This record gives sequence, structure tokens and C-alpha cells, in this order.
Amino acid sequence: MHELAVTQSMLEIAVRHAEQAGAERITRLSIVIGELSSYVDDSVQFYWDLIAAGTIAEGAELAFTRVPAALRCNACGCTFPLSHERYACPQCGSEDVTVEGGQEFYLDSIDVDLPEPVESAG
Amino acid sequence: MPNIPVVETILSVNDQLAEQNRKTLDDAGVLALNVMASPGGGKTTVIGKTIDALRDDVRIGVMDGDIVAIDLEGFAAQGIPVSLINTGGNCHLDANMVHNALPTMDLNALDLLIIENVGNLVCPAAFKLGSHINVVIASVPEGADKPYKYPAMFSGADVLLLNKMDLAEYMEFDVEYFRHGVEVLNPGVAFFPISCRTGEGLDAWIDWLRARLAEKAQPGA
Repeated sequence: MHELAVTQSMLEIAVRHAEQAGAERITRLSIVIGELSSYVDDSVQFYWDLIAAGTIAEGAELAFTRVPAALRCNACGCTFPLSHERYACPQCGSEDVTVEGGQEFYLDSIDVDLPEPVESAG
Repeated sequence: MPNIPVVETILSVNDQLAEQNRKTLDDAGVLALNVMASPGGGKTTVIGKTIDALRDDVRIGVMDGDIVAIDLEGFAAQGIPVSLINTGGNCHLDANMVHNALPTMDLNALDLLIIENVGNLVCPAAFKLGSHINVVIASVPEGADKPYKYPAMFSGADVLLLNKMDLAEYMEFDVEYFRHGVEVLNPGVAFFPISCRTGEGLDAWIDWLRARLAEKAQPGA
């Protein structure tokens, strides 16, 4: 249920950036979620529909980019997905491995509607 | 349709409040611990043992994120300043809850503030509180696979206590498997196998904590 707080924070950031740009409406949010960040996009979506109602972001689409956590083998150099059972290289069997990526959790960009430019006569 | 680049960490509001909490604590010269574990992992017992070992020469306060005050009543009865953060069933503490609770404690009368987080290995990992040290307590009956199942919690630890070591032989707990998972996620993290029942390993943890308190007391160290 910690996605509620996260979703509120996401809305606050998106609205702030949209207002700075003079936008009338937010239509889409691009969010990057790393596998190790422990957020569930379905839950974020659920809260989003409730929280964004009545704001300039109401009805905006949430586009999630999931970044998988990977492990790199320090012995043979290969990279492979993080398993939830054992941390060992599938190529050479070495257990000397390092986590690479997967901690990300940020709002990458927003799509907005800007007001129609007013044609100036002159 | 115009696209506006944002690239802002989604928890930035929480992180900013956490920074404020950190400054409040630093100004008062208080070292703060964020103690995290599963329900039943031994948070309250470890905190009690830590208080027993340090209370003669370290001024300690406890802040507890819980729905009832039962854990705190024992500490309060021993004359330890306490503050209950009523989480109302929430799954984690966040910087705002700690921010609101800090004024209830006389920080200038403390050297060490122990914040007991909600029993949960998932959500508390995501929310900075402004504390200085993340203490993660795992316990033998939970199984040796926990680092592999809850990587975010174990990768964010500054010190890891493996509690209930007296049960290791009965549970056939694979310490090497556990340690390897931790070491991959969090290379070089301080690790202390302990048993609050037998007292095994507690001295090493207390020595480590005393060293952190000494660093805190010496500005510039």
C-alpha cells in the first residue's frame, strides 16, 4: 500500500512541471521503475485514477518502463538477469557477481497540452 | 503533443523532508538508527538489549512506528524517553511521520535515537527517514533465502544483524548462502550474527555502534 504515497508524489511533481511550462493538461506520464525499487505498477495505476481526478492530470495515461535488475559476472564478464534464488553466473558458475541497475524510480517526462497560441496581429 | 523532460526522483518530496530531519538531528548532535525487520524478527528485543548495554553512558530515546504502544511501555518504564508514531496500520514510516514526531522528543538530551520501523521487509526500504544508519535485522527462522527475495531491503542496509543464531542448528540455516546473497547486494556491509537469547554476538554489534557514536561526537571525523 506504500504506492499511495508514491502516487501522490508523482502527481505533485508532474503538476509542478506542467504548470512551469504553462500547460493546460497532462496527457501522459513516462515513469521508469527498476526491479529492485519494489513498486508495483498495477497499484500505482489504481491509486492514480483516484488521486488524479479533478486535477489537470485527470485521465492521463501512465507509461511504465521497467528496468530489470541484472548481475554481472566478475570472472567471465557476462551479464544475466537477477534470480531470486541464487546469485551465480550461468556461464561459468562463478559466485563473484555484482548487481547492475534496477534501483531506478523516477518520472522521466510528461506529455502536455499547451494553450493555443494567440495570433498576434503585428 | 509537447513532451516535457522531468527526470525527477518520484520520492523527492519525502527525500527533502528526510534531509530536514537529518539536519535537525545533526544540529542536536543525535545519531539516529532506522531499525527494520519482519514482524517477529526481533526489533524490540534487539533495541532492548542495545539499551541495556549502552544506557550507563549513552543518552537514548526510542521512536516506534506501531499501532499500539505496548513495545514502548517497557522502555518508558525504564526511564527511556519514547515517542509513538501511530501508523494506523500503515506499512512503513516515512520522513513526514518522523518529522512530526521529532518535536515530541527533547533531542538536546539525547545522543542516540532509535527509530523502530514497521515490521515489513518491503515498504520501509523505499522511504528515507533522515536517520544516519539503516539497521536491518534478519532472523534465522525466516530462512536463509530472504536476501534473494527482498533485495531492496538488504541492499539498503548499513549494518545487518542476523538474529536468533541459537536456532541455526535446528533450522539447518545455511549461513553461507545467506551471506553470499547479502554480499552480492551490498558488498562489505557490516554483518553481525547474534542471539538475543544467549547474548552471542551482541558485544560485537555494541562495539560497532559505539564506534559510530564516537565518530558522531567528533565533528569532522
